[in-house]
Amino acid sequence: MDYEPVIGLEIHAQLATASKIFSAASTAYGAAPNTQACAVDLGLPGVLPVLNERVIEMAALFGLAVGAEVARDSVFARKNYFYPDLPKGYQISQYEQPIVAGGQLEILLPDGSAKVIDLTRAHLEEDAGKSVHENLGDATGIDLNRAGTPLLEIVSEPQMFSATEAVSYMRAMHTLVRYLGICDGNMQEGSFRCDANVSVRPRGTTALGTRTEIKNLNSFRFVERAIEFEIERQTDVVDGGGEIVQETRLYDPDNDETRPMRGKEDAHDYRYFPDPDLLPIAISQSFIDEVADKLPELPAAKRTRFINTFNLGASDADTLVQDRDTADYFEATVAESGDARLAANWVTGELFGALNRTGIGVAEAPVQAPALGQLLARIRDETVSGKIAKQVFESMWASGRSADEIIDAEGLRQVTDDSEIEQFVDQVLSDNPGQIEQYRAGKDKVFGFFVGQVMKSSKGKANPKRVNELLKQKLGASEGSAE
Amino acid sequence: MPSLPDTVAGIAAGLASRDFSSVDVTQAYLDRIAALDGRYNTYITVCADRALAQAQSADTAIADGSAGVMTGVPYAHKDIFCTAGVKTSCASRMLDNFEAPYSATVSERLDAAGMVMLGKTNMDEFAMGSSNETSYYGVTLNPWGTNVVPGGSSGGSAAAVAAQLAPCATGTDTGGSVRQPAALCGISGLKPTYGRVSRYGMIAFASSLDQGGPMGRTAEDLALLLNVMAGHDPRDSTSAQRPTENYAAQLEIPMEGLRIGLPKQFFDQQLDAGIATCMDEARGEFERLGAQFVELDLPRLDLSIPAYYVISSAECSSNLSRYDGVRFGHRCNDPENLDDLYCRSRAEGFGTETKRRILVGTYALSSGYYDAYYRKAQQIRRLIRDDFQTAFASVDLIFGPTSPTTAFEVGKKATDPVSMYLSDIYTTAVNLAGLPALSAPAGFVEGLPVGLQLIGNYFDEEKLLGATHRFQSVTSWHEQTPPDLTPE
Amino acid sequence: MISNDEVKAIARLARLDISDDAAPDFARDLSRILDFIAQMNAVDTDAVEPLAHPLEPDAPLRADEALENNQRETFQNGAPATENGLYLVPKVID
Repeated sequence: MDYEPVIGLEIHAQLATASKIFSAASTAYGAAPNTQACAVDLGLPGVLPVLNERVIEMAALFGLAVGAEVARDSVFARKNYFYPDLPKGYQISQYEQPIVAGGQLEILLPDGSAKVIDLTRAHLEEDAGKSVHENLGDATGIDLNRAGTPLLEIVSEPQMFSATEAVSYMRAMHTLVRYLGICDGNMQEGSFRCDANVSVRPRGTTALGTRTEIKNLNSFRFVERAIEFEIERQTDVVDGGGEIVQETRLYDPDNDETRPMRGKEDAHDYRYFPDPDLLPIAISQSFIDEVADKLPELPAAKRTRFINTFNLGASDADTLVQDRDTADYFEATVAESGDARLAANWVTGELFGALNRTGIGVAEAPVQAPALGQLLARIRDETVSGKIAKQVFESMWASGRSADEIIDAEGLRQVTDDSEIEQFVDQVLSDNPGQIEQYRAGKDKVFGFFVGQVMKSSKGKANPKRVNELLKQKLGASEGSAE
Repeated sequence: MPSLPDTVAGIAAGLASRDFSSVDVTQAYLDRIAALDGRYNTYITVCADRALAQAQSADTAIADGSAGVMTGVPYAHKDIFCTAGVKTSCASRMLDNFEAPYSATVSERLDAAGMVMLGKTNMDEFAMGSSNETSYYGVTLNPWGTNVVPGGSSGGSAAAVAAQLAPCATGTDTGGSVRQPAALCGISGLKPTYGRVSRYGMIAFASSLDQGGPMGRTAEDLALLLNVMAGHDPRDSTSAQRPTENYAAQLEIPMEGLRIGLPKQFFDQQLDAGIATCMDEARGEFERLGAQFVELDLPRLDLSIPAYYVISSAECSSNLSRYDGVRFGHRCNDPENLDDLYCRSRAEGFGTETKRRILVGTYALSSGYYDAYYRKAQQIRRLIRDDFQTAFASVDLIFGPTSPTTAFEVGKKATDPVSMYLSDIYTTAVNLAGLPALSAPAGFVEGLPVGLQLIGNYFDEEKLLGATHRFQSVTSWHEQTPPDLTPE
Repeated sequence: MISNDEVKAIARLARLDISDDAAPDFARDLSRILDFIAQMNAVDTDAVEPLAHPLEPDAPLRADEALENNQRETFQNGAPATENGLYLVPKVID
């Protein structure tokens, strides 16, 4: 029997606010344990929650970006359960009236095709704290700094049918929330986490099989591996006549497998009810209109525009739109240099390389777009060759000086004067009579030797195109040359 | 030294005219507490040194002219309000070791007004009860009788004022817990409109019903204390935005033509004859002042108790989940694992009534029961609120008894929770609707106090206090003190 | 009528230890209370919207500013068990 997997993803995106969703404690990452957990976050007797206004705007921005319905009235509900990282014994979340309902996300699959995934809903909730198990003997340590950090939980419909599709969806969502500026997407720091719901069913049927939930996957790689393992595991079970147990599982990257989470055997009865300490969020049409004005051009639209306007291939376009800073940088470089192809090559090549080496992001690049654009303009107007330009770029990166400054200071202008180039060519030819013989005898590769020698003697500044043309002229066609 | 006044107004006036100092008054109360409270058990914690230090600061402020109206006036504070650096127990073993690390907004307002906190008063555990019999620190006795309850949950505060162990006190009212003990102890008590007084730092029982309020000997005293307690608080999302009034400035309200409603459900055959007589006499006084009485129908009133118990139990079952032995409060010895930590700490920390309410609330919210219980109760809540709104279209205030009985004997109702819940028959509907209401002394039956209840429309505290003030100008029930208050 | 097993199941959800001796009393009390509460069914509320907040205003909002200072020492003073700023509980295995 052939089985197909059905996958839905629940993504928890930490909203990039300065303070928590219900208290004025900081959300900054990396503080010493419990130094950013105020009375409200600790759930001390008598404390009360007060809603952070920014999270409403962020959730609404998300809703509009995915074409969902932003609720005019939404309600916070208590999700009641006991766990040490949940200080109040309940999590303030949303249940029956979430702030965002519906929506869609277009995802790009590795083969270049596109698919639309429907969203069920997105809702606001508070994050729990963290448990620390190392070096505490037979105790677990609880750090509540993270408790109260705002989360947007984004739930997809079960419309993905492979681990690949799931990862594409996760990538698209990752790019989107960063574009919107609502989440920094830092998976190492836990700002963007994914739970995967996986089930299998006989191919061609429509009923959903029993699903398991794999929690807290915080890298694309882990999501892919965990889902693949789980699909295989479930397929083996049902194929062998067994039944899938509905349970929560964790992915163990060391052993590349999922296993059931211990200690969560109780069927959870969360006893949801509207939180009486909070009043419903009312969102007016004018608020929604204001937020709509703030929507940036979204990744999918930008990708299409880049392909059409700049004549880029899909793969280049996709790379350039991965984050807004890169896309903006690219466009500014095009504007300055007038050459989209050149700009695309240099941004994905030299710029990315330098950023990686330096370990910084686009926004911190010492060579900003206008400066790079100027350099590319110098390639276009043949002031420097492409090869020399790379040298110039490195100097620009290290010194902060402009392209023109460096070209002048180091005398890197390309030699374009024919009589000058001819001098170099004549010199090389007269110095290498043996190679001339070889070339004329049919060894085409020797041509490259001559080019190299001319470039060397001109310190790379001779215009390569003219060098090629002049050499060809002077050498004439060689026997056996197919030119 | 002349004997000191026993009202807030009297003390404030005396302090202002330098008849005595705040230290004098405070010491006098501390001495009385030391002599008498062993008998009544109204205080869980007496803050003698702290109070005297506050009194000294108050005297300094009075001397240099920077004092406010209430500077130097002592009060008793229900042990449900967090007070930084002072034990805050909610009368529970769960918080027996809890020294609050921060102060409630109400506590801060009282401190800022320069008032002097004599101590934290006894109460029913986590505010759940109508007799003060569920306290971890033992029952509080009503100074009006022998071995009778003061009512609850603000029983300690009510009894303290009645026994003149404080001129005024703070209380909280979720289903009647300010009004009913005020009635049983022969004092006055006000539950303000929901949201009028901040709940930040007021340990939660039932979030949509809880409201802190003043307790004292006169309407004027309630008004003076309400002026300090009331006000919008940005730390409480349910706090009312609407600005407060000076509640003490408008007590002489005109009574001519004031329409007062009499719900027939408050005056059916089940009403105790003695209490009914007191109500008739009180009505007579109001009519002589110029008020007109109108019959009212509140058809769903009897549903208010079951709806109240579902909502309050459900909300408290969730509010009390934070008491888990992890970050504060009671923790069991040598927990074997996490489950043991939770289950044993909570079993040891909570009393029986608290556990009952947690179980009822958990049940009412559990899978499959939400619609039948919690949702149903919220629907009834709307019906009751609508009934009141209909009534207020034709009346200014609603009148009736506060409690179906006078103070009952300790232990009499403690074993039957349902019979205890019925004590709240006249009060719970008010909390469901979020309306303001007060109880004021209206006579005695066999030597035990009887209280009348006035209910107002939203934010009509001035009308309530004014009408009561006018009533107290022509009656003297509120001036009575228990017969045997002299120390042994 | 609530059974002892049901009482224990509810107590489990609420993380309350109820001994076998105490269960019957709680079961009896709970049954009585639930019977009493069943009075609510006397009225038909199908067309009635539940009322959560009597005065029904909208949520007040707070500006997104980190204003709280580190008060760990104050808050952990009196905590049952801490180490290096962490609250300790018996080891939890995921």
